[in-house]
Order: sequence, then structure tokens, then C-alpha cells
Amino acid sequence: MEKILPAKDRLLKSKTSRLDGESRGKLIVILCAVIMISATIAITIFLGTKGLQSFTKNGVSILEFLTSTKWNPTDKANPGYGVLPFIFGSFAVTFLSALVAAPLGIGGAIFMTEIAPSWGRKVLQPVVELLVGIPSVVYGFIGLSVLVPFIRENVGGLGFSLLTGTIVLAIMILPTITTIATDAISSLPSHLREGSYALGATRWQTIRKVLIPAAMPSLLTAIILGMARAFGEALAVQMVIGNVRNLPTSILDASATLTTIITLNMGHTTYGSVENNTLWSMGLILLIMSFAFILLIRYLSSRRKLR
Amino acid sequence: MNSKTADRLATGVFILIATIIVAILAGLFFYIFINGFKNISLEFLTSPSSNVRAGGGIRDQLFNSVYILFITMLITVPLGIGGGIYMAEYARPGKVTDLIRTCIEVLSSLPSIVIGMFGLLVFVNTTGWGYTIFGGALALTIFNLPTMVRTTEDAIRAVPRDLKEASLALGITHWHTIKTVILPSAFPSILTGAILAAGRVFGEAAALLFTAGLSTPRLDYTNWNPFSEQSPLNIFRPAETLAVHIWSVNTQGLIPDVEEVSSGAAAVLVISVLIFNLAARWIGSMIHKRVTASK
Repeated sequence: MEKILPAKDRLLKSKTSRLDGESRGKLIVILCAVIMISATIAITIFLGTKGLQSFTKNGVSILEFLTSTKWNPTDKANPGYGVLPFIFGSFAVTFLSALVAAPLGIGGAIFMTEIAPSWGRKVLQPVVELLVGIPSVVYGFIGLSVLVPFIRENVGGLGFSLLTGTIVLAIMILPTITTIATDAISSLPSHLREGSYALGATRWQTIRKVLIPAAMPSLLTAIILGMARAFGEALAVQMVIGNVRNLPTSILDASATLTTIITLNMGHTTYGSVENNTLWSMGLILLIMSFAFILLIRYLSSRRKLR
Repeated sequence: MNSKTADRLATGVFILIATIIVAILAGLFFYIFINGFKNISLEFLTSPSSNVRAGGGIRDQLFNSVYILFITMLITVPLGIGGGIYMAEYARPGKVTDLIRTCIEVLSSLPSIVIGMFGLLVFVNTTGWGYTIFGGALALTIFNLPTMVRTTEDAIRAVPRDLKEASLALGITHWHTIKTVILPSAFPSILTGAILAAGRVFGEAAALLFTAGLSTPRLDYTNWNPFSEQSPLNIFRPAETLAVHIWSVNTQGLIPDVEEVSSGAAAVLVISVLIFNLAARWIGSMIHKRVTASK
């Protein structure tokens, strides 16, 4: 005959309490969050101290660094550490590419949301996603093998120029601008649109007078995010811009940006030398600019909330 | 000008813009594939690259790309999911959460070259490892983490509240609910996001230039000991990835067949990214169907 166990012995028992797992799980996810914070802080601190070394240790004057156009770090007798041409180059390609990409991107967004909301979106959305997916070196390679010869033969100059860099960057930031602009316009309340149409406005009048002004802060955010991407892009630009140390005088002149000089020289300068340290200072400028872009976007989104 | 004419004109301009965007993509793909397919052959994919002579392949670069991607995802996915869970389930509105959000925003907007420089400073010079796969993977983790955290957070927030509340009402603890109810139902979106992020990592080069290096030691594919210098599995060896290879043959290379090698490599790279994108959509919708039993 089977022996009958009392109920309390038949209960399945586990030595571990559920609450142990509870606190362990919480600990794990908090750890993940802490890692993210510490990575950000570490990047700021490491790049900050390293970037300042050329000023503190090597005695390069900050004023000269930012305003001189003479970049000649290898000249032993009379070295020059002016990075103005590269800062200028960075800003020039950034603004010019935004100038090209913004109308295209916003136009594409309006096409998707207003002109052909049904099929336009189905066609253009995957196109934009595929453009995002193409790696930046591939853009650089195509720029180098198609755009550079094309500009050399049909427009003039060497082909390696501000213009080439601008075109490559414009195509690269186009999807960023289009995606955010599309979200911004399609999230506008439909009563704006309907009210305008009800007053007898044409579609273009509605777009120009109602939709674009209403979506303006978000559209500006889209453009700034695009510019942030353009400012930090390195390899694609480096392959097509020519990398010379002079200030460009025309859009067809070869030029250089902060990122391209870092890419080019970081590998073959001695770690710790003055030239190498100035490259880290340029990296610090990139870091500061990326903070500046974030602040600008924050400012715009706070303005958006106030409305 | 009559307002009707202006309207038609504007519509024409918008259609033109849309056509330009489509044409850019069509042109890029046409160029990549027409030139690329000519140069892709089994030999191209399976022979090692050459530094000076023509006819080199991309075997090692392809392997390195996949291997670095694998290591990166191995680090990023758990960290990203953990961070995402924290943001969606544990973070209370306040200063700390704002700080984390700011950090995610900063990390995601950092130019990849800056992340590469940080990697050079910390994972290459400070640790004394030199150019390594592991250093490259860590740099790519920083690059990839914000995307992963955001994807997870959005996926978890999209899980219906009822599911979570039903589980909590049954007396199941919070963490156990996350593990057994929330994560499984957020899994398809997380997976889709992870594969898309993998596509981005696969094509990344600037962050790897100074962390994984521009060279690959001579690899012996029969050597599976992960600590051996020549083993492809060794994570403390320098490794040039496919994307870095395209850049380096174009800017510093000496080989005469730069065009052929880089167009072939570019096509392989773009096809891989395409596969990642398609796989993400396909797997995501397939699992979604399985889990939700919807059509």
C-alpha cells in the first residue's frame, strides 16, 4: 500500500526565492544602464584630456590653432599648426551638402505625404531605406570612380574638390532628412490640411502656407541631424575631396576637412608627437561640434513643445 | 501667376524631386551591381588579398567582417537589451533617466571616426593590445549600443499593457514577468532591430580603421585554436574588414586592379547589407505571425 505523504511534503519546493531573481535581474539591467553612462563620460573625458594635450603639453597656442591657415607640422624649423582650412572645409561641405539635400529631402517627404500618399510612400520609403543601408565607403568609392572623373572632364578642376565632397555627402544625408521630414509632416494634425482645403486653398498653397510653417521646427531638426552626420563623415569625403592643406578659393578647389585630415594622418604619425596631438585636438573639435548639434536639436524640440 | 498654374508647377517639381531620389538609388545600384558582378567569382571570394600584385581576393576580409560582426553582436545584444529593459521598465522619470537619455543621444550622434579615436586611445594604446578584433568589436559596440537600446525600449513599450498586468496580477514578480511575458512578445521587433543594426555594423569602416587595423596576419583556416597567432578565431589579432579594405585599396593601395577589387568588394558589401535588411523584414514578420497567430 502506498504511503500517503502529508500535503506540505508534496509541495514542490525550491530553495531559491523568486525575490533573489528579482533583485539580480534589476541589478543586471541597472549595470547595463551604468555602462552606457560611463561609456559616454569616458569618451568625453579621454578625448577631452587627450585633445587638450597639444595646448597644455606641447604649447601650441589655441588662437593659432583655430585661426591660422598655416598647417605645416612636419617643418622642424618653423612648424605651423593652424587648422582653419580644415575647419572651414568641414563647415563648407556641411552647409553646402545640407543646401543640396534639404530641398530634395523635404520635397521627397512632401511627395510621400501630400502628393501621392498611397503609392508614393510605397515606392519612396524602401528607396530611402536602401540609401541608408549603403555603407559610406561604397559612397566614397562610387564618388571616386564616377563623380571625380565626371567633374574633371565636364566641370573643370582636378575632380577632387569641395563640389565632389558636397555631392557625395548630400546623397548620404538625403535619407536622414527625408525620413525625419516625412514623420514630421505626416504627424501634423489633419484638421490643418482640411481647414486649408476648405478655405479653397490649392494644394501648393496649403503646403507652403500651412504645412511647412507648422512642421518647421521638425524640418529644421531633420536638416540639423543631416548636417551632424555630414560633419562627422570621414571616409567617403576623404576619398573624394583631395586633402590639401590650403584654404579653397573656389568650389572646384581640392580641400580638406577635420575628419579627412584625422583619417589620413592618424595612422602614420607617432603617438604622442605634436602633430599627433593636434589631430586629437581636431577630434575634440568634432566631439564639441557633436554636442553643439545636440544642444541645437534640444533647443528646437523645446520650441516645438511650446507651441 | 494664377494659383492653379502654381499648384500644377509645384506638383511637377515634387514629382521631379521624387524621380531624382529614385534615379539616384537606381544609378547607384546599377553601377554597383553591373561593375560588381563582373568581378565576383568563387576565386575572388576564396583567395587572399594581395598587397602589390593584381588578382587578389577578399577571403580574409570577408571572414574578418563576419567575425567582428559576430563578436560585436555578442557584446551589444545583451547590453542593449538590458539597457532597453531598464529604460522601459525600471527607469523612473527624473534626473538619472534624463542623464541616460542624454547619454544615448550623445553616443548615437557621435561621428564614427570619433568613436574610432576613442577606441584607439583606450582599447589600442591604453590597454596595450595593439590593433585587435576585440578592440574593434568594442568600438563598434559603442557605435551600435544606442540603436539597440532604443529598439528594445520601443519594442517593450509596444507590448500590450494587459499582458504585463495580467502576469503581475497572477502574483508573478516583475523580473519574472519581464523574462517570461514581456521579452518573448517583444522578441520579433528586437530581432528585426538587431539584424538591421548588424547591417549597419557590417558596412562600418571609420570606427575600425584605428581599432582593428589595416592589416591581417597570414591566416591558417585549419587552425582552430583561438589563442594561436595564425588562427582566424583569435580575437587579439589585427583584422582588416571588407569596408576598410575598400577604403585602403583606394587610398593607400599599390595594386593595379583597384577598380576591380573595390567594385567587387563593394558589391559584396551592398548585397550583404541588402540580405540583412530583407532577412530582418522576413524573419520579423514570420515570427510575428507565429507568435500572434495572425495572418
